[in-house]
Amino acid sequence: MKFTKLAAAAVAAVITAAPVMADLVVPSLSYRTGPYAAGGIPFADGYADYLTLINERDGGVGGEKITMPECETGYNTEKGVECYEATKGEGALVYEPLSTGITYQLIPKATADDIPVHTLGYGRTSAKNGDVFSHVFNYPANYWDGASGMINYLLETNNNDINGKTIALVYHNSAFGKEPIRTLEELGKKHGFKLTLLPVDHPGQEQKSQWLQIRREKPDYVLMWGWGVMNQVAVQEAANVRFPMENFIGIWWSGADHDVLPAGAAADGYKAVTFHGVGSDFPVYDDIQKYVVDAGKAAGSGDTVGSVLYNRGLYAAMLAVEAIKDAQAATGKSDITAGDLRDAMEGLEITEARMESLGLGGFGPEFKVTCENHGGDGLVGVAQWDATAKTWSLISDFKPTDGEVIDALIKEDSEAYAKENNIESRCN
Amino acid sequence: MSAGFYYGTEVFLNGLMTGVLYSLVALGFVLIFKSSGIFNYAQGVMALFAALTLVGLQDGQVPFAHLINSIFGTQVHHFGWHLPALLAILLTAGVMVILAIVVERYILRHLVNQPDIILFMATIGLAYFMEGFGDLMWGSEIKKLDVGIPQGGNLWIEENTAFLGGDDFYGFYLDSLDIVAAVFAGLLVLSLVLFSQYTKTGRALRAVADDHQAALSVGISLRFIWVVVWSIAGFIALVAGIMWGSKSGVQFSLSLIALKALPVLMLGGFTSIPGAIVGGLIIGVGEKMFEFLIGAPFLGGATENWFAYMLALVFLVFRPQGLFGDKIIERV
Repeated sequence: MKFTKLAAAAVAAVITAAPVMADLVVPSLSYRTGPYAAGGIPFADGYADYLTLINERDGGVGGEKITMPECETGYNTEKGVECYEATKGEGALVYEPLSTGITYQLIPKATADDIPVHTLGYGRTSAKNGDVFSHVFNYPANYWDGASGMINYLLETNNNDINGKTIALVYHNSAFGKEPIRTLEELGKKHGFKLTLLPVDHPGQEQKSQWLQIRREKPDYVLMWGWGVMNQVAVQEAANVRFPMENFIGIWWSGADHDVLPAGAAADGYKAVTFHGVGSDFPVYDDIQKYVVDAGKAAGSGDTVGSVLYNRGLYAAMLAVEAIKDAQAATGKSDITAGDLRDAMEGLEITEARMESLGLGGFGPEFKVTCENHGGDGLVGVAQWDATAKTWSLISDFKPTDGEVIDALIKEDSEAYAKENNIESRCN
Repeated sequence: MSAGFYYGTEVFLNGLMTGVLYSLVALGFVLIFKSSGIFNYAQGVMALFAALTLVGLQDGQVPFAHLINSIFGTQVHHFGWHLPALLAILLTAGVMVILAIVVERYILRHLVNQPDIILFMATIGLAYFMEGFGDLMWGSEIKKLDVGIPQGGNLWIEENTAFLGGDDFYGFYLDSLDIVAAVFAGLLVLSLVLFSQYTKTGRALRAVADDHQAALSVGISLRFIWVVVWSIAGFIALVAGIMWGSKSGVQFSLSLIALKALPVLMLGGFTSIPGAIVGGLIIGVGEKMFEFLIGAPFLGGATENWFAYMLALVFLVFRPQGLFGDKIIERV
């Protein structure tokens, strides 16, 4: 009898505690396990914590709570597609796949399903052309902006003259790692620098050949396009061959705290381009601490708050929430659809005043999305690692990249995709 | 001699050093295969688990902290101590012995007389279990491993060889970590030889390796030998984990170093300790020299992974049992 009562009470508790079916579903395709978990966890935590903050502090968006079904992809394309298929039926509003491979697979699927995909600083670069890629958004910056941002920084620090300089690109020998090659080759023709390509095979644990070549040829600068263990090994090998760390610049996926920490003091001075702020010296983090971490609702243990990839996850979630607000305002209803959100993303404008009101003043660049331009303005800054303080500092403002070179490449690639897939122009 | 010749020599020497690191991983495979006929798929994960445990013990990390905190609402992370490297290594070796006992008790004992493929499948399961268990126990973040091994180009060698090749030659680059790894690998092999030749357990181990049935008939405990062999393989995994983990930090991709051991095993033979050493050196030198002479200048680079397997394949055509492996003759 006692057992029956207890069981009944338990069932009742479960029923009453079950969440009301929420209208705003923002799935998180995360990877907390496997070889790339060290990068996936802080991003997923930042993404989840910001959405939790919105629920806890503001009661959701426009009175609607956000739910975030999380699905483990293991950074595996097949699993990522499975996650998409498994969660889209829950009323998913937007996807942040956190993988270029998964993004490529989702482009046709999400377009057919009328669900927008946001690829923050990764994915298919030419998706910036919204005229062709109606459901993919890669604001505020893409890989080619990253490559151009690196070269712009070198121009800036060399009195606008890098003619005759030698630059080596150490890159992950994959579609991701090869992304900047064409852009850098074009920029090489324009500015007169010599580019040496040094591919590193997956996973990148062994890079002796590449760094011996760098030691022999002594390039003026080394750029890196890496992810996972490749980053930590490259930073260590650069230190081993005594390559000047201040002349070593990584893409934003090679510029996290855990990329430099294993090398200790030897990593001091390493740089990485970025499209968002560093550290936790922004008012929104006080709210994260109060409403999320201290309340015991953080997605992780709270020890990654303010780290590079946590900030990136938080930034991605913030951009999703802002687009949801715009969609609600435009449609006049709180329970928006994925199609409504896509339309709002196409008109999203992030100004400094808006960032300030969110407690993120100065955290990211201003940008505006249009039908033709799904990538924003492509502003890129540079951050540098201080091994003593164990902190990143922004050493450059978010600055424009070389639109003349990048736009032509985007047009060429996206038009080829449009022709291949019979996609008609829709923005005119 | 031109600077190019000396740089070629430098690549050769670095290939040898890298080969030693490959051999370290391959040795663990060979020991287990030789004594029990099991291809231990979990060897790479054992290196990862050993390195995770070493860093965790050294830094005083509370095992299963995330689990404990989420269940009990506590905030425990560290005990507050920092153990000396040697003590942490000894304790980790102890953990690897316990792991060997557990593997024998809960996996191998139940699979005696099963086909090899079943045992192989069991080690796949073990690999996935240990990866998840290690994640739960020590967390997924990348950890800095520092047991006092120097890293970076050896300045003494660089300065004293710089005169060889004129102004364009900067002296031979040899990573101090690789030199230490080579010394340890040499000591490890020497210890293994002495152990197997001059100790009772070592002789029993060789007897089991030669013929299980005959060893059993003279009273050798197969189960005890398996524990010994898995313990030694665990210790080798620890050494490999230290060397590789010092380069990249301890992280889950460390388990992928097993991929580097496969061509070494194909080339050296699955049953030969000298084969693992020589195979590692050949693969290390072969892939580095190919990249230097042909891969980077003519093929766009990144040839090392496939070249290692191709080299092993070529050897297999002529010696299917590998360079030093036992020739398998089966009567029809």
